Amino acid sequence: MTPPRGKLDLDPVTVRKARTLARQAGRPIVTMAKKHTTVSVERATLRLAGLQGADADGIPWVNRLLDAVRGDVGIEHGVAAPVWDALVRGEADDLSTLAQKASAGSVRFRLPEGRDLTRAQAAARKQVGAGVRRVDARRRERERLVKRWGDPKQKPWIYLIVATGDIYEDIPQAQQAAREGADVIAVIRSTGQSLLDYVPEGATREGFAGTYATQENFRLMRAALDESSAELGRYVRLTNYASGLCMPEIAALAGLERLDMMLNDSMYGILFRDINPIRTFVDQRFSRQVHARAGIIINTGEDNYLTTADAVEAAHTVTVSQLLNEYFGKEAGLEDWQLGLGHAFEITPELPDSFRMELAHALLARDLFPNAPLKWMPPTRHMTGDIFRGYLLDGFFNLAGALTGQSILLVGMMTEAVVTPWLSDRDLALQNVRYVMNAAGNLHEDFHPAPDGYIAQRARQVLGESIELLEKILAHEGKHGLLEAIADGTFGLMKRPADAGRGQDGVAKKAPGYFNPATDILEAT
Amino acid sequence: MTTEATTGPAAAQGAAQILRPYGDTTGDGMVQLSFTLPMPHSKVAEGAAAQLANKMGMDPALVVHAKAMGPDFTFFVVYGRVNHLIDVSKVEVVERDFPLLTPKEVNAAVKRALRRRLVVVGACIGTDAHTVGIDAIMNIKGFAGEKGLEYYREVKVVNLGAQVSVPQLVARARAEKADAVLVSQVVTQRDAHILNTKEMSAAFREAYPADRRPVLIAGGPRFDEAMAGELGVDRVFARGTTPGEVASYLVDQIVTRRATRKTGV
Repeated sequence: MTPPRGKLDLDPVTVRKARTLARQAGRPIVTMAKKHTTVSVERATLRLAGLQGADADGIPWVNRLLDAVRGDVGIEHGVAAPVWDALVRGEADDLSTLAQKASAGSVRFRLPEGRDLTRAQAAARKQVGAGVRRVDARRRERERLVKRWGDPKQKPWIYLIVATGDIYEDIPQAQQAAREGADVIAVIRSTGQSLLDYVPEGATREGFAGTYATQENFRLMRAALDESSAELGRYVRLTNYASGLCMPEIAALAGLERLDMMLNDSMYGILFRDINPIRTFVDQRFSRQVHARAGIIINTGEDNYLTTADAVEAAHTVTVSQLLNEYFGKEAGLEDWQLGLGHAFEITPELPDSFRMELAHALLARDLFPNAPLKWMPPTRHMTGDIFRGYLLDGFFNLAGALTGQSILLVGMMTEAVVTPWLSDRDLALQNVRYVMNAAGNLHEDFHPAPDGYIAQRARQVLGESIELLEKILAHEGKHGLLEAIADGTFGLMKRPADAGRGQDGVAKKAPGYFNPATDILEAT
Repeated sequence: MTTEATTGPAAAQGAAQILRPYGDTTGDGMVQLSFTLPMPHSKVAEGAAAQLANKMGMDPALVVHAKAMGPDFTFFVVYGRVNHLIDVSKVEVVERDFPLLTPKEVNAAVKRALRRRLVVVGACIGTDAHTVGIDAIMNIKGFAGEKGLEYYREVKVVNLGAQVSVPQLVARARAEKADAVLVSQVVTQRDAHILNTKEMSAAFREAYPADRRPVLIAGGPRFDEAMAGELGVDRVFARGTTPGEVASYLVDQIVTRRATRKTGV
């Protein structure tokens, strides 16, 4: 398939070369990821099988059960066989009783063999398969509701954030935001959740600068937005974060509770959270397979590169990351319409021609990924507390989004870096978006940058630098060029060796005969 | 207030000591204000906004804009004149006792003075598992819109994470030849943060000769910045400290002071 040549008229040979290089850089990572499993992948499998709840200390039963199995036989064979072997042997009637007995130390796990193994595998397949079918049913339910209530009438979709820390405060705020025009609601997570090696349980009312991602919080918010969708006559989407140490589990919960979009970046956790690279890539692949199956749109985190590095110097790192995210996403089964690749309006406003450069970068992303629902992120780095100047900057951000045909627009707040948004901040920000869309929403029809003009040249330059960076990554010695490139700081400014970082002790190389019914089903998708 | 910080009247050389806000004429006292009231938009709501502005000392108060935000809220912009006088000679501020540097300046200063990277070892010590503070300062993700110490090219960051014992911390600081050690303490049950920090500073004093000891910094939301002496550390950073402030302090301590010491010898 040849994609239509966009407004920049990029050379198709160059574009193909960039994709080929990304594939070459990504493929060894996928091979490596397939050879490993993690505690979180195994726990996600137990969650798909329906194991919920937590003990009196708030530690989820999936963690208790996994730890018990791991203590007896390790995770390198997958936990499914030993767990369902115990159930088939009659150690407990169901998973949750088994988890309770296991954490009290009254069950011993073994690696079943022969007919015992066959029986355990069949039982595991049946129960995990039922969970995957529940995810499928949720996807069909979404499709039905979107048909009934409809998609937003305009593009880009308007994406707003709520983050009070208390799910019961978040709900009325989210419903109000939807009434004011938000098409997508994102609930920001509590600071530090990405580094927890378990998913908290239940409805939560205390978070730091955000609300914990829990299955119950997901359920409550989705139900509230279903109410709003019915009231407003358009399907309001819900977003959360499948990132950090528990991303496979959170992806599974998102699938089970019909979340619609998930933040899910292939390298963010490694570079910005110092999570072990192998852990991240293994968890990433599983979570993307779940998202693919669940019909969830992922949002990638390229905006983060620009908040740490200069947005002009580092423009090509965004493109490289988008290409890698596309490769990893498609390899895991995601389709173009599910790839919400990110980028951001973060060039220093004082720089001459900064807006022209923003247009060049945004258009480059649009032309490289014509069928992806690109996510356009507002200025944060240059929001200073001067709310008046910030409001103007957000107006230009909105205009750039309209001119370059972005798909999902995260609404910028003039009080960024000052306070968590007030009711009036959100109202003013939405007025800003509405004015620009109303005044210039169709301006992209008239906007054709001159073929040899500043914008086209700048876009070609960034694409060229992206290819150079990909070549540099591939030039690394060793069989995992990208891992080694990450280790020596080629990416961003952080050095992240493959044998360090958080969550490393939760990674295991798969043993021969590794069995996981969830990955079996998802790989076949 | 730290002993090193200076307190006192701000110097306002060449400016009047008694001031009023300035709109377009000297002494007009004009200010602008915006706020939201939890009531539907109506004449009464506008009157309510004017009443608030009056009570805040704006007289006359002009409600120049009122807009309904949904059925239950109204947003206002008010312009008006205040009668208050500002006595600049009575303004008190706590001054930082080190210059605030940009990441570029920090990198340049380290490069120039050390000719190697500045090594910072950080940890949450004791049973404290709250790495939010140390991560906000050290992880590249940063805090309050500022990138963490990892972002600084010339700073080598070794973040040991949570529940690190004091002997472990000392051993790692020695192995890394740390220039500075940062410990974060969030949990304050039974003064755990104070006891842990004292234990840490004592251990470093024992392990190092006085002139070789790394700069010791304690941070956490419940610390008082005046406690440095009592805790045996060089500096305490309280709630709201940004990575840039920590980096600037380190440059001041390690780079500037070291240079001074050398020229002194």
